[in-house]
Amino acid sequence: MYDVVIVGAGIIGSFLAHDLSKYQLNIAVLEKNSDIAGEATMSNSAIIHAGHDPKTGTLKASLNLQGSRMYESVCKELGVSYKRTSAFVAATNHEEEELLPAMIAQAEERDIPCMLLRGEEARRKEPNLSEEIVAVAEFPTTAICYPWEIALALMEEAVMNQVELKLNEKVITIEKDQNTFQILTEKGNQYESRYVINAAGIYADEIYQLVTKLEKNPIVIHPRKGEYFVLDREEKTLVERVIYPVPSEKGKGVLLVPTTHNNLLLGPNSTMVTDKEEKGNTTEALAYVKEAVQKLAKNIPFEKIIRTFAGLRASGESGDFIIEEAMDVPCFINVAQIESPGLASAPAISEYVLHEILMKKEDQDQKLIFIQKENYLKRRHPIRVKDLSEEERNKLVKEQPAYGRVICRCEQITEGEIIDTIHRTLGAKTVKAVKKRVRPGMGRCQGGFCEPRVVEILARELHISPLDIRMDSPESLLLTRELWGGDKHAGI
Amino acid sequence: MQEYDVIIIGGGSAGLAAAIEAYKNGCEKVLILEREKELGGILLQCIHNGFGLHLFHEELAGPSYAERYLMLLKETKIETKTDTMVIHLSKDKILEYVNPKEGYVKVKGKAIVLAMGCRERTRGAISLPGSRPSGIWTAGTAQRYLNMEGYMVGKRVFILGSGDIGLIMARRMTLEGATVVGVAEIMPYSNGLPRNMKQCLEDFHIPLYLSHTITNLYGKDRLSGVQISQVDERLQAIKGTEKEFDADTLLLSVGLIPENALSLEAGILLNNRTKGPLVTQSYETTVPGIFACGNVLHVHDLVDFVSEEGKKAGYFAAKYCIDNPDLMEETIQEPITVEAAKGIIYVIPNQLYVNKLLEKQDFLFRVNTPLQEATIIIEKDGMLLKTIQKKHLAPSEMEKVTLKKEELEGIRGRLSFRIFAKGETV
Repeated sequence: MYDVVIVGAGIIGSFLAHDLSKYQLNIAVLEKNSDIAGEATMSNSAIIHAGHDPKTGTLKASLNLQGSRMYESVCKELGVSYKRTSAFVAATNHEEEELLPAMIAQAEERDIPCMLLRGEEARRKEPNLSEEIVAVAEFPTTAICYPWEIALALMEEAVMNQVELKLNEKVITIEKDQNTFQILTEKGNQYESRYVINAAGIYADEIYQLVTKLEKNPIVIHPRKGEYFVLDREEKTLVERVIYPVPSEKGKGVLLVPTTHNNLLLGPNSTMVTDKEEKGNTTEALAYVKEAVQKLAKNIPFEKIIRTFAGLRASGESGDFIIEEAMDVPCFINVAQIESPGLASAPAISEYVLHEILMKKEDQDQKLIFIQKENYLKRRHPIRVKDLSEEERNKLVKEQPAYGRVICRCEQITEGEIIDTIHRTLGAKTVKAVKKRVRPGMGRCQGGFCEPRVVEILARELHISPLDIRMDSPESLLLTRELWGGDKHAGI
Repeated sequence: MQEYDVIIIGGGSAGLAAAIEAYKNGCEKVLILEREKELGGILLQCIHNGFGLHLFHEELAGPSYAERYLMLLKETKIETKTDTMVIHLSKDKILEYVNPKEGYVKVKGKAIVLAMGCRERTRGAISLPGSRPSGIWTAGTAQRYLNMEGYMVGKRVFILGSGDIGLIMARRMTLEGATVVGVAEIMPYSNGLPRNMKQCLEDFHIPLYLSHTITNLYGKDRLSGVQISQVDERLQAIKGTEKEFDADTLLLSVGLIPENALSLEAGILLNNRTKGPLVTQSYETTVPGIFACGNVLHVHDLVDFVSEEGKKAGYFAAKYCIDNPDLMEETIQEPITVEAAKGIIYVIPNQLYVNKLLEKQDFLFRVNTPLQEATIIIEKDGMLLKTIQKKHLAPSEMEKVTLKKEELEGIRGRLSFRIFAKGETV
């Protein structure tokens, strides 16, 4: 019997698992995919918005602001990337310019640092800003992060502290009897728990539908697809700040975002989709993104595009997050409709669930007892060879020669880093899992050179055949058969 | 810090030829740095034949072609380090490499030869629409899986692009029992060598769809299908011309890009057409003492020409190293520009130093569209120098023109190459 079962291991599920693992509670996380952080957490703009944008009085407004103030120390603690870049909201004409003072006033009200700049002043700070920009509002506390790295680090620490992470476990039924939930997964496994937290992202409506008796499900997810380009990393990115257009009813608009690894993201557009599996790129959307970013910046090196991707926003009808105990199902907590600024709000959302919902339960039968663990374990920060001094690197290679073999030439990732990530608590078992954790395949060759070597290393370290190495999901096989016996060949 | 006469980055066909030539020309301390565990470069995965026709007058498989150079290498005292990756290069010719045995090491070369080869354009680089399942590779990666690792990558294969590696892989996959359902090429003409079109597609009845590109990809986990559409003159897909294919594998053969991350770090200027360094007739880049050859300079269609280029770069690197230009009081001259004008994508070399003219100077170039009965026009300072009649010209086939020293003498500003198509008026 678990105290809490969390459905979904995105950034929200990971923060919840991590924060709950500090207490003496039995926790399980059920994730339908073969790795965590594979949906919206993997496909988003990677921005910690300063918090100026959401409408006053919403959960989005309070949690975004609170979240953005928590991130720096959270990331430092976990040993993951975080960079405060500042951001421009750039007005391309006078109608847009007129909207900036209200934005500034709202930010000031929330104690968010901000300033209004003329187009010329803004271009002095960002020389590649479009000549069309007449004025900008700058928000210096805006930051960027590496979202799935955060989720992976959080979940790793959670698992080190006894949280049970169950991958490839798709929840198909949830029944409540007395004070216990019976959760059945597609594989036929049954989980019993006192609480269920629904952090299922775009599937949150469906997960709640499994248990609610309400005639009309208050959670309605209308996924909105956003498509992006990734540009090759450069010593200095085209823009150093996040560049937003002036937001409209449709959302934050198409942005330019420098990443923590010095790439540049261009996107996203926003299109309603009905199919939650529809995450493909379309020629039309990509063309739209290209056009839109050129209103904000000049000299965009489109020839440096190395990848496109798309993600689905878990947009709801109400326009705000839904974070509450279900009114008809006690102890079932919905954390739903977490669209932008979901990432920026994530640590605050988790804190809100713990302090404002779980810890405030008074019913004696239902109440969880929160006693902090005495021997809470901290995660060991992974070695990033690129960041070490010459002396440290050479000491490392002497002890572990695999740190002297570069597997990914584009991102300069060594075999040692790949082996470490395979054997860590949240060990990588697929090509994509390795890519997400240590980045081989994220560079300009997109795995063209390193993928066969990553497959070889995975097979060797996991003692399985290369035929059994997947790209990602169990069905995403790579190699179909052996040609003349791997063992006979020196390369394998 | 260890110092070498010539350091060669990359032990493939260009690097091997350059190293051997530098050694033959009097450099004693020559070092080859190769990131793979064996020397030979991409030749090792090219197990088909057709290599060496120009240089050895026989048809060799890739590994056998490499073997010829490895035999020559054995007779020298050239130092080689495999499993070694060069991670930094500076304009004062200091580079840093790393391998599991020595760790991170800095060395200096009196001359450096860049021979890092090229990489394949990826799905991302051409922004291919559709889902992102497994089963999509560049043709070269699939070639490595089959020929080096010993694994098959799929059963029903579609190929995008008619570059040579794609064509070779169409045949290779067919011979291993896969069905190649089609090849789509966005241009109205093929981008591969004529012999590969014949031997890899026609002989196996593999359909080629010219003026077609991929407009959608299907499959959540593994690729399940491919949609192609015809394109118009602006290479935009035409609605209503869609064709669908069941396929579990897509191989991309959509171009090669010189691998110049190190060149850029060293401050070397690149040619925006070739994406390789700008070079003089000595294959010297814009950073004195750093030379470039092979596919890192411009993408070749035949390895024989890569070896020849490597040989030249090796020769000039040795000459640079022995003459030690740092000690010479050379009159600094402005180089003249070699211009790729109408109809020509690029010409190598990009610059000529008139004081260093060779007895015979080769110019390598590619045209931007296939032509029958065309004329190559070479102009010297705006005046007609030479015309060459050609029955057939194609972007997939590199052209070579050799000019004599006396033809070039007296040139002041610009040597220009252009194409005059049949029926065109001046």
